[in-house]
Amino acid sequence: MKYLPLLWATLWRKKARTIFTLLSIVVAFLLYGVLGTVDYAFENPSAGVTGADKLITTNKFSITLQLPFSFTQQIRSVPGVAVVTWITWFGAYYQESKNFVFALPIDTDTYFDLHKSDGFVVSDAQMTAFRNTRTGVLVNSALMKKFGWKVGDKLPLHSTIWTQKSDGSLNWTFDIVGTFDVKDPTQASQQSSTALFHYELFDEGRSFGKGEVGWFEERVDDPSQSAAIAAKIDALFANSPNETRTQPAKDFAIAFIKQIGDVGFVLRAILAAVFFTLLFLTGNTMMQSVRERIPELAVLKTLGFTDGHVLALVIGESLLLCLIAAIVGLGLSFAMIPIVHQALQGVDLSHGEQLSGLAVAVLLALVVGLPPAIRAMRLNVVDALMDKR
Amino acid sequence: MSEAIVSLRNVVKHYARGKQDVPVLDGLNLDIAKGEFVALMGPSGSGKTTLLNLIGGLDTPTSGEITVAGQRLDRLGSGQLARWRAHNVGFVFQFYNLMPMLNAQRNVELPLLLTKLSSAKRAANAAAALTLVGVADRAKHKPNELSGGQAQRVAIARALVADPTILVCDEPTGDLDRKSADEILHLLQLLNRDHGKTIVIVTHDPKAAEFGSRHLHMDKGALLETGTLAA
Repeated sequence: MKYLPLLWATLWRKKARTIFTLLSIVVAFLLYGVLGTVDYAFENPSAGVTGADKLITTNKFSITLQLPFSFTQQIRSVPGVAVVTWITWFGAYYQESKNFVFALPIDTDTYFDLHKSDGFVVSDAQMTAFRNTRTGVLVNSALMKKFGWKVGDKLPLHSTIWTQKSDGSLNWTFDIVGTFDVKDPTQASQQSSTALFHYELFDEGRSFGKGEVGWFEERVDDPSQSAAIAAKIDALFANSPNETRTQPAKDFAIAFIKQIGDVGFVLRAILAAVFFTLLFLTGNTMMQSVRERIPELAVLKTLGFTDGHVLALVIGESLLLCLIAAIVGLGLSFAMIPIVHQALQGVDLSHGEQLSGLAVAVLLALVVGLPPAIRAMRLNVVDALMDKR
Repeated sequence: MSEAIVSLRNVVKHYARGKQDVPVLDGLNLDIAKGEFVALMGPSGSGKTTLLNLIGGLDTPTSGEITVAGQRLDRLGSGQLARWRAHNVGFVFQFYNLMPMLNAQRNVELPLLLTKLSSAKRAANAAAALTLVGVADRAKHKPNELSGGQAQRVAIARALVADPTILVCDEPTGDLDRKSADEILHLLQLLNRDHGKTIVIVTHDPKAAEFGSRHLHMDKGALLETGTLAA
C-alpha cells in the first residue's frame, strides 16, 4: 500500500498516453462485459426461472418448417400438458421493412389462457371487440405509441411470407380494436412490438400452408416435469414425416436468434480479436514506458530497491492500469445490461459473468507487464546510470 | 588517522567491452577515515567514477577486498548489496536524478519506503531533511519547478534522509552555476563538519575540491594523494 502513491504518480507520468491506453482497455472491457453477458445468455438459455412452465414444439429439423394443426389434439392428450396453443410466423412490417411488427396469428382462448401468468392486461370491452371482429388486432401499447396508431385505425401490414388467397397480395389489413400491456417484465420486453390477430382469418386467408402451424406452445402443470413432458410429446411424433423438437420457451427464443449463425462463436471471435490487439497495444505502451524510465529505475536501485522490488513495481503499475480500466469498462457494461436485456427481447442475462472480467484484467496485466518488468529487474545499475549522471 | 570507514585492498576492476578486456583499476589501495571529506579528482577515464561505484556498492570488483562501514562488499550478491546501500550510502548525482513525477517531499521519502516507518513518520523525516538542506518551502514542488541548486538540495536531502554512514557524490556541482555550486559545497561541508557525515566527492572543479579535507588524484587507475587539510 505504501508504494501506491509511487505507482500512481508513475502511471500518470505521460498523461495523454495513459488516458488513451486506459480508454482502449475500458472499451475492451466494456465489450467483454456486454458481449460476454450476451454470450452467457446464448450458452445458458434456461438459466432464468421465468417461463419454466412453458414449452415450445417445433419441427425437429428447422423452425421454418411447418407442423400439421392436427398435432394439437395429440399434444393436448399428453399427461401434464395444461394448455396448448399454436402460432405461425407471419413476418410483418409496417410501410417499410425497417418497421418490424411482431404480428402473430393466435387462437384467442388458448393463447391468453396459456399466457395468463404473464399478466396480459386488456380491457374487457376491447377483448370483447377483438373476439367479435374477424379482422381485429390487439396491439401492444408501446407499439401503438411508436407508430402513433389509435384504436379504430386500419392497420395495413406487409407479410414477407404469406400471400392472400383472394388476390395473391402480401398486404393484409386489420382493424385495431384494442391495446394490451404485459405485467411480467421479461414478457413485457418480448411483447413490446407484438400485434395479435385471429388465426382463423390467417388460415383461411392465406394461399398456401392451410392446416399447418409454425409451432405449438404448451403450458405444463408441473414445471419440474417439463423435460419428461417434452420427451413424451416428441415421442408421439417420432419416425413420422413431421418429427418434433420440444424445448423450454427460452431455449426456443435463443434458437430463433441463432438461425443467423453461431452467435456465441461470433461474439467470442470478436472478443478474442479485441484482446489480441489490446495485448500488443498495452504491451507496447508498458515496454515504451519502462524504456523511457531506465535511468529512474536505476536510481531506485541505487537507493536500495532490490531487483525484486523493481519487478514488483512495474507489474504493480501494469495491474493498476488494467484493473482501473477493467473496473470502469465492466461498470459501464453493467449499467448497459438493461438495454441489452431489452434488445434481446428479455433473454436472461447474468451479471456474474462480468466478474470474470476482473480475472481477465489481472491476467492481461501480468502478460503485458512481465516482459518490461523482467527487463527492469535485469537492469545493470551502473550501465543504466551512465548517460544520466 | 581515526577508524577507517572505507578500506580497499588490491582492488582490480576490469570491464569487458565486447571481446576486449579493459582494465580500469589495477591493485588499488585506499583507506578513508570516518568523518573525512574526500575530494577525488582526475582526468576523464581515470577511474574516478568506477572507484565511487565500488565504494557505494553499485559495482563489484574483479578482485580485491572492499570494506565499507564494516561490511565486505566484494562478498555480497546483488540483492544483499541493494539492502546494504539502503542503510549505509547516500548518493548525489550531477544531474540530481530526481523522479520527475514526484514532488520534492515524495522524492525524499523514496528511500524510506524500504523501511518499516509509518507514513506519518516518513513524511516527518522527509520534511526534516528538506529543512536541513534549506528547501522546506519547496516540498510540494516537482523537480521541473525547482532551480538547479534547489533540485540538488532535494537530492542531498534524499541521500541523507535514511541517515547513511557515507555520502557518495559524483560531480554534484557539475550542472550548477558558481553561486549555486558554492552553496551546495558549503552544505556538504556543513553535513561533514556538523553532522559527522563521511563524504566522498568526484569533481573536475579545483574550487570544489578545495572544500574537501583530503584530496586524491587519480590517473590511469592509480591513486595519488595530493594533500590533507587539518579538520
